[in-house]
Amino acid sequence: MKLIDTIKYRLTVDVAGRAFLRYERFLNARRLKNARFKSENLAPPLRISAWTKELISLHYFRGRYVEGHQPVAYVTSGGPVEILKALGYYVIYPENHAALAGARHAQMELIQSAEEFGFSQDICSYVRTDLGTALTGKTPVGKLPKPDLLLACTNICQTVLHWYRVLQKIFNVPLVVIDTPFVYTEAPPHAVEYVKKQLENELIPVAERVAGRTLKEKKFKEVVKYSKDATELWLEILNMGRHIPTPISIFDQFIHMAPIVEMRGDKVTVDFYYAMLKEVKERVKKGIGSVKNEKKRVLWDNLPVWYKLSRLAAELADRGVSMPISTYTYAWGELAPLIDIERGMESMARVYLYPILNRGTGHKLEVMRQMVKDFKLDGVILHSDRSCKPYSIGQVPQRNKLMEEFGIPALLLEADHNDERAFSEEQVASRIASFLEMMEVA
Amino acid sequence: MSRVKAIGIDVGSTTAKIVAVDENGEMIWRYIEPTDPRIEDQVDRFLEKLKEELSISDEELKKIPIVATGYGRKLVHQAKKKLTEITCHAKGVYKSLGHGGTLVDIGGQDSKVIVISNDGKVVDFTMNDKCAAGTGRFLENTAMRMKVPLDKMGELALSAPEEVKISSVCTVFAESEIISMIAHGVAVEPILKGLHRGLISRIVAMIRSVGLTPPLMLSGGVVKNPAVRKMLEEATGQKVILPEYPQFMGAYGAALIALESTKSEN
Repeated sequence: MKLIDTIKYRLTVDVAGRAFLRYERFLNARRLKNARFKSENLAPPLRISAWTKELISLHYFRGRYVEGHQPVAYVTSGGPVEILKALGYYVIYPENHAALAGARHAQMELIQSAEEFGFSQDICSYVRTDLGTALTGKTPVGKLPKPDLLLACTNICQTVLHWYRVLQKIFNVPLVVIDTPFVYTEAPPHAVEYVKKQLENELIPVAERVAGRTLKEKKFKEVVKYSKDATELWLEILNMGRHIPTPISIFDQFIHMAPIVEMRGDKVTVDFYYAMLKEVKERVKKGIGSVKNEKKRVLWDNLPVWYKLSRLAAELADRGVSMPISTYTYAWGELAPLIDIERGMESMARVYLYPILNRGTGHKLEVMRQMVKDFKLDGVILHSDRSCKPYSIGQVPQRNKLMEEFGIPALLLEADHNDERAFSEEQVASRIASFLEMMEVA
Repeated sequence: MSRVKAIGIDVGSTTAKIVAVDENGEMIWRYIEPTDPRIEDQVDRFLEKLKEELSISDEELKKIPIVATGYGRKLVHQAKKKLTEITCHAKGVYKSLGHGGTLVDIGGQDSKVIVISNDGKVVDFTMNDKCAAGTGRFLENTAMRMKVPLDKMGELALSAPEEVKISSVCTVFAESEIISMIAHGVAVEPILKGLHRGLISRIVAMIRSVGLTPPLMLSGGVVKNPAVRKMLEEATGQKVILPEYPQFMGAYGAALIALESTKSEN
């Protein structure tokens, strides 16, 4: 790491950047007092939004100046980031970056750039968005740093393997792949051992070499603790959705989930979710619902349709329909009990084996069943996501089972999390309208 | 006093329909035309026609509740309520046939399968995915390409002793596939039969995704095609039941919902 880069980083980020973003947060917080979403029937944005914005802005602002100051890693969303954090890496999550581009309607240009390079339209739209950025340097956040290390964990899909191999070709840096065997019911001891060995024998040596440091147990435990604390808080926030009316919706969750994904293991993330929990509890106490006059409560399965978030939220709110929970946002909370600080690498191996996408479709059905009961839901929307096959497989029988067992309507909605061309406006609108009529809220 | 107690208007992608019902919900008047791009003018014309043919005054018409459905429903400003085709079709068919079951409606631009309960409620539904495969447009396009009159298509398909396989379900690509078959000297009838088979296989897949609750009912403009009916029966092993006016089920259901709204208000 170079001294000159560190000085530049300290001055621009730590001195000027932080102060400016803190000031901007203060202004945003004032603006938020009178802010409204697209619909009058949606509760105003959470006050914490100003902090969320500061965190995300600071994260990407750091990225502009971090090269040379800190080692940079690109990581899949289900990657064992705690090890990298403990080694002082600055971490970029290409999936998160792609989602952010989608939410800001900046993704299509990037997707098309990737396609111009020859990547097929049938590849996941996150991959195409990210490769668009990697190949052209264009991004809605100004600039992404080049990685020194790539870490792909196959616990979310097999696509990441090929995606990161392409990134390796583009950036010519080491790639570590953590292979996580599929878990149908329980992970057998040899699977845990297998993943643990990969962390110890593959990831740590390479990550140490690239960073020029050795992993200190004390630091690692500290990061794991922050990770566990933030994950537990996130889970507690999501479980607040069991209240009637629900104080937060999945739309709030989609907005405020960025820190739990890309800043897991940082102390500030724990502080942030602690504050968020406090605000959500306050809403419960005051009886403020995410939707005015909540009449029906609906579950969302799969990734969000990032570029249509606000419209969908408004459309449902206008009919008194809230969406208290989704399997997707829950995925970043439900593993909290598995994180065991004392058992170090073994606990990490277990945690990274158990994400919902690395388990059978029966497990997801069970998660949804439990949600319908615990969150007192009246219907289910399953987003059949053209870009996320592992998440979408099994949705037809899952849908039919939920309808049969609970006698509630369930809608399979075809769309795509980031590619707008796979979203058919009129057809989605008519399906949602029919679904709402079925629930007698139209 | 006019006998008309409620009106339903269904502005579909291909045709627009209007239905008037009496106080018992009986269909006493109906009219259909190809959908005009100027939907508002067309609806005005429809209502003029209704007034003229049933001798209804402006004053009377104002008091009659209207419900609109179909893709163009948002442009029917006279409607007090706008509902989707799913709800309206289920309502219309249930009243016409007097029982629930699985309704297949093949329209111009979309096809849907609706499961209707024994008390007439929508229990489940599915619609064709984003493209025009499995819709009336699929047949219409190819009929045009092959210069076969649309109303003769079904008969011709059924007259074919054999059929060819059309592998593309995409309306546009199926058309190129057909052109190449014609160029290779394949006769029109087997192509038509293969085309119908393709459409039916899409519909059957949709039926399977929601599960077939007998009896199987069919509505929509494509019902006029005898091959669709026959091949659907062959593919599902179920007898297909048709309402008396299969093209008007959306508009009829809309009128019935309008009628119910007056009753609940009273």
